[in-house]
Amino acid sequence: MGVIKKLPIYTEKLPGGGLILTSLETVINQAQAKSLWYLLFGTACCAIELMCTGASRYDFDRLGMIFRATPRQADLIIAAGTITKKMAPRLRRLYDQMAEPRRVIAMGGCTIKGGPFYYDSYSVEKGIDHIVPVDMYIPGCPPRPESLLEGCIHLQEKIKKQKLSDWQEK
Amino acid sequence: MTYPLPFGELHGVFGWLYELLESTGLPQPWLDVVRYAALGALVFGVISLLALFLVWWERKIAAHIQQRFGPMRHGWHGWYQTVADAVKLLTKEDILVDTRDKFVFFWAPVICFVAAFLAYVTIPFGEGLIVADLNIGILYIMAITTFTIISLLMAGWGSNNKYALLGGIRSAAQLISYEIPMVASILVVVLFVGSMSMVDIVEAQSGWITNWYVFRVPFGPIAFITYIIAATAEANRTPFDIPEAEQELVAGYNIEYSGMKFAMFFLAEFANGFTVSAIAVTLFFGGWHGPFLPSWVWFLLKTLGVVFLLMLFRWTYPRLRVDQLMEFAWKFLVPVTFANLILAAWMKYAGWYW
Repeated sequence: MGVIKKLPIYTEKLPGGGLILTSLETVINQAQAKSLWYLLFGTACCAIELMCTGASRYDFDRLGMIFRATPRQADLIIAAGTITKKMAPRLRRLYDQMAEPRRVIAMGGCTIKGGPFYYDSYSVEKGIDHIVPVDMYIPGCPPRPESLLEGCIHLQEKIKKQKLSDWQEK
Repeated sequence: MTYPLPFGELHGVFGWLYELLESTGLPQPWLDVVRYAALGALVFGVISLLALFLVWWERKIAAHIQQRFGPMRHGWHGWYQTVADAVKLLTKEDILVDTRDKFVFFWAPVICFVAAFLAYVTIPFGEGLIVADLNIGILYIMAITTFTIISLLMAGWGSNNKYALLGGIRSAAQLISYEIPMVASILVVVLFVGSMSMVDIVEAQSGWITNWYVFRVPFGPIAFITYIIAATAEANRTPFDIPEAEQELVAGYNIEYSGMKFAMFFLAEFANGFTVSAIAVTLFFGGWHGPFLPSWVWFLLKTLGVVFLLMLFRWTYPRLRVDQLMEFAWKFLVPVTFANLILAAWMKYAGWYW
């Protein structure tokens, strides 16, 4: 990320450099929004809907989204399914292994607030936003592929609005 | 070998630069350097663009075989999907694992990428459109593509990851095994041409379509089929893609690579796929020969046809197991190709061919 991190500094020094900054921002945002490669990460029944979304009828590939098996090459975790207290450190570890910029979608009720069935269970994490920062919540139990697709499109819209100057060393 | 025009049929596009330099009275070696540099830059640009195109094409073919559409939303039928992917991979963080072998980890993708592109030096893209017509052209290509094995092994070792190491070792075992039937198939053609130069091989197939080596029964078709099987394995493509089998080894040798380093592996893989197809076209399908159209158009059309064949293999056949793969290479392909080579040598000696 070295060069990209410095680019806004260079362009801000230019008089009227806003144009360069804006167009570069647009290009990078468009590229990042249009190729969200998601990690193969399914923990419960939501994963079935996730696989269904990747398959013929719904077809994630239309949005430019393909799965990667390794977190190093993924841009997005779709946390599909119940995250138990034992699974939570693994999710955090996978998130830490991903390369910046990285995004998280919380898919289904369990990942949002413990879910409609496990909300009072001793073993279930009550929402994955306790573990990782979440970009998009998709409610449902499990959400249908249509709502997952809509959530991903909303995430793309969100990425297109991001500012290059907001990129900070974390 | 000298050409009537330094840039073949593309002389109208680049010739003015060459003639401008010629008029300054530079000595011939300098002009050769300019010609090589221009052709090299041209080949590099074209192959990079082709690799991007092939990624998109493969995704579309995969999608249509599975009754999907593939990339649809980014441009007409998603034509700039892979451009977006490339820009995104450029902006991704470059993860360096703490436990890596620093030297090996850094150089593995570079060697893979450079080896994939160096092979294009002796591939004739059209009449006179060849960077350097070496008299050992096909031997050079076989030697250079072997660097891919080293780079995959380096990637596996340097990552310090058990899956990556397994993937690297598997790819080394596989590529060395399939190198032998591949070379034995190529030797059949070299035997009949009597030259290893790629241009000579193409010139030997001029005239009617029956002069193509794929149609010279019985040894031609056998050599082509064994070559295309071994080439699929050489390019690490399904059904021989055990080095990156997702179900067993998470992503194989490139598991720890992110961002642009991964993109280099990815593009090199598709450039390798195009290389083996280009060799197949040069050896068996008459290279640039064809009626009406310019020679480089024929070459590209034929090569993309063979690439299409490789992609159909990928999306219709299941992956082989490791032991099945090795058994197939050593117990079937090697005997068949050597028997074919002996048959071809005998026919050449007896003069029973046309």
